[in-house]
Amino acid sequence: MKVTIDNITLEVEQGTTIMQAARQIGPEIAPPAMCYYEPLKASGGKCRGCLVKVTAGSEKDPRPMPKLVPACLTQVQDGMIVENTINEEVLETRRGIVEFLLLNHPLDCPVCDQAGECHLQDFSFEHGVSNTRTAEERNTFEPTDLGPNIQLHMNRCILCYRCVYTADQITDGRVHGVMNRGDHAEISTYIDKAIDNDFSGNMIDVCPVGALTDKTYRFKSRVWFSKPVEAHCSCEKCSGQVTLWYKGDEVIRVTGRKNEWGEVKEFICNTCRFDRKKTAEWTIEGPTQISRHSVISANKYGANLIQPAFPISQAARDYKLINDDRDRSFLKDQIKLEAKK
Amino acid sequence: METKNTIVFPAETLDLVQKIMKRYPEGKHKSAILPILHLAQAEWKWCSPEVMDYVASLLSIAPVEVYEVASFYTMFHLEPVGEHVIEYCRTGPCCLMGGVEVYDHLKKRLGIQTGETTSDGKFTIKEVECLAACGWGPVFQIREKFYMQLTAEKVDQIIDELSK
Amino acid sequence: MKILTEQIDVPGIETIDVFCKHGGYQAVEKAIKKMTPDEVTEEVKKSGLRGRGGAGFPVGMKWSFLAKPEGIPRYLVCNADESEPGTFKDHYLMWKSPHTLIEGMIVSSFALGANTSYIYVRGELMYVIHILEKAIQEAYDKGYLGKNILGSGYDLDLYVQPGGGAYICGEETALLESLEGKRGNPRIKPPFPAVKGVWQCPTVVNNVESIAATSWIINHGGDAYAAIGVGRSTGTKLISASGHIRKPGVYEIPLGITVEDFIYSDEWCGGIREGHKLKAVVAGGSSVPILSAEMILNTVDGEKRLMTYESLSDGGFATGTMLGSGGFIVMDETTCIVHNTLTFARFYHHESCGQCSPCREGTGWMDKVIYRIEHGKGRKEDIDLLVDVAKKIEGNTICPLGDAAAWPVAAAIRHFRDEFEWHIEHPELAIQPGAVYMRPGASWAQ
Repeated sequence: MKVTIDNITLEVEQGTTIMQAARQIGPEIAPPAMCYYEPLKASGGKCRGCLVKVTAGSEKDPRPMPKLVPACLTQVQDGMIVENTINEEVLETRRGIVEFLLLNHPLDCPVCDQAGECHLQDFSFEHGVSNTRTAEERNTFEPTDLGPNIQLHMNRCILCYRCVYTADQITDGRVHGVMNRGDHAEISTYIDKAIDNDFSGNMIDVCPVGALTDKTYRFKSRVWFSKPVEAHCSCEKCSGQVTLWYKGDEVIRVTGRKNEWGEVKEFICNTCRFDRKKTAEWTIEGPTQISRHSVISANKYGANLIQPAFPISQAARDYKLINDDRDRSFLKDQIKLEAKK
Repeated sequence: METKNTIVFPAETLDLVQKIMKRYPEGKHKSAILPILHLAQAEWKWCSPEVMDYVASLLSIAPVEVYEVASFYTMFHLEPVGEHVIEYCRTGPCCLMGGVEVYDHLKKRLGIQTGETTSDGKFTIKEVECLAACGWGPVFQIREKFYMQLTAEKVDQIIDELSK
Repeated sequence: MKILTEQIDVPGIETIDVFCKHGGYQAVEKAIKKMTPDEVTEEVKKSGLRGRGGAGFPVGMKWSFLAKPEGIPRYLVCNADESEPGTFKDHYLMWKSPHTLIEGMIVSSFALGANTSYIYVRGELMYVIHILEKAIQEAYDKGYLGKNILGSGYDLDLYVQPGGGAYICGEETALLESLEGKRGNPRIKPPFPAVKGVWQCPTVVNNVESIAATSWIINHGGDAYAAIGVGRSTGTKLISASGHIRKPGVYEIPLGITVEDFIYSDEWCGGIREGHKLKAVVAGGSSVPILSAEMILNTVDGEKRLMTYESLSDGGFATGTMLGSGGFIVMDETTCIVHNTLTFARFYHHESCGQCSPCREGTGWMDKVIYRIEHGKGRKEDIDLLVDVAKKIEGNTICPLGDAAAWPVAAAIRHFRDEFEWHIEHPELAIQPGAVYMRPGASWAQ
């Protein structure tokens, strides 16, 4: 079926969401996703960052949808027309969402391990405004440990629920969850319980902000000073397909491999993540293709050489035939001159 | 406040729990969580982690599922409370009827602020939102009982009665 | 004209014997013995009955959307999580006359083909839950509930489910989540409950008053019900009247009486309390826009406003409001609109489930800003900030709680901006106990 997003029309399969269709076009068109995470079932719909305008519901029923809809959960209908980056209402709403998310989010990026690969940083850079209108104090929580290797900074949490879905879907028993409600809601085990599970470390990878961080990596480096390398090992628990993050010769962090949307391709086990930090334990495959969410994509390994299809389609869209039927004979000499140059 | 050492419902409550669980389709007995939490709170006054773990075991669900639910709904006391929990409505219509003054009187009379318990463990005051009795405000609730059209004098009477 | 509360003051009406003596359960006999489920639905459609919980969606139409796949059970869930500030009609009805609701539940369940139904009552009304449970037991004993009702082969089990203290569970999908034993986080729609409701089965959720009205409709016919009222506002409506009036309470009115009559007639509110003047009214529960005395009594065209869905919303939000759930809060000239708005903003801040960011963060923000203004710490830019925050919440949330939180703040500023400005410009006056700004020339200020 056909869908048009920001004047670019493409053909997608039935059941595709607006988000998936937009991602097929390219990152410039894809709406931001703070809570939606494709590998996790039931994720999405909560942050409202991906709200888009549907100006025509479908070929059959071309009425516009009255409210903005979440791109991550709304399925494409044949002939649907969507406006994302070209709709002022969408952009204005998105400015509001950034403001809401930052209302209780500390601006402690200078000491946050997520800085440089934080989706909220990107979101506020792309859609936020430079001034602040709030005079209110932020809600604060004390940092807590969720077991020996994971630290929770609830102050930074934006309640995307991704870690809850991860625990439900990837691990064999969830012991943490969302307690309380409203702006007092928090991620917690309620009583001081360690999250002790072979796959719990994946909560760190799915966290869009620095709320869940790897204690074995804590304050070791700024992410842009580390070099990511693809590696694997034969692991009895998981695929063993990881990204190693080097500082000099030292492996300072192990994460799952992520796609260009910052989503983990294959979840890895805690042994690979927290305990295998020697090069000798890994087979190195080569440098990592960096997610666009990482600041290091700017200057390493040619990740930035991968050209998305978008600029090409954009150029094609903007190309206009120039009506040039006028008499150009008087330019004869000049054209000859130009040609000689 | 200590909870009892062994947290087990009395036999007749356990029967009731079994009956409640049968109100829902096969395998959907998690629905019984709110009714059972109410029974547990009636039994042990507040929902301590041990009480919630017991509720989880009755329903064969993970304890965290009970914590999540109990902390979402405001009726469940997650901290120890006094013998009588006075929950007064602070929303607009009750305020129009002079609620603020009446509640101030209540706090003064008991010598405690909202969220606190008197030193003798008799009374706890909690602030709640609309109790659906706006026409009969100001109003507060102690356990299941509603006290309506409150005045300072009425508050004194009620406290006197309950202090006996 | 009374339909639901005609016999509410009859002594013993809460018992099934007295209730039956006064014509109770005739609708069950008629529907189950003489009608098909589709005929019952048809009568309700004809009646034009609209959802009484606040949204006003036609009940018969909602019923006809119910998916009916083979072999999958369907459910009727009664929404008795009445928590909207200013609204206490369902509380009153269930407390005084539980069988009125139970009879309606049986008729409605029969129409929908539901064999198990639930009444979700807010947990604070535990004493009402006990009243309902006793009444349900009586209905079982008389054979109106259980297996093979009145020998018809139709089975129905009816249970009461207590809530736990959460306004949000009045939103139908949050209510279903809560009924499933989860946190009351509203679901993202679609799918709608009519297709995937409780336990992923087709479900209809209706307000207490809507369900209770179906028995009368079956007894007297949909046309008779539609003959009451004006235009698309048919039948009667329970109005919860509170605030500065002589006779607060629950009144059953035929839709279409004038607002003026409702406030000043001795049959209803009996006028503003002695020695005071009408300043403002919130006509349909805390979430609907507040209107000043002039605006609530008359439309912009100078016509008398009626107690109907259409007339109250005449003029849109610029000059109108909504009938909502019928929580009619009356304020006289002693009322500080800023303080009243603060209690509403605080309410929505407290009741937001926290799932989606505009509502979670925005409700708290508005609460804190209004708190500052009320306490003499307002900034000039705060008023426009509130308007903008309200605008950014409205329409962008998962469920209507965001709208419900935004509307009262936006409307209070729209119609009483001068009061907010006065608080900001004269903090030393505004923080005095009982201080109220008097708008020069306003009808209540004279």
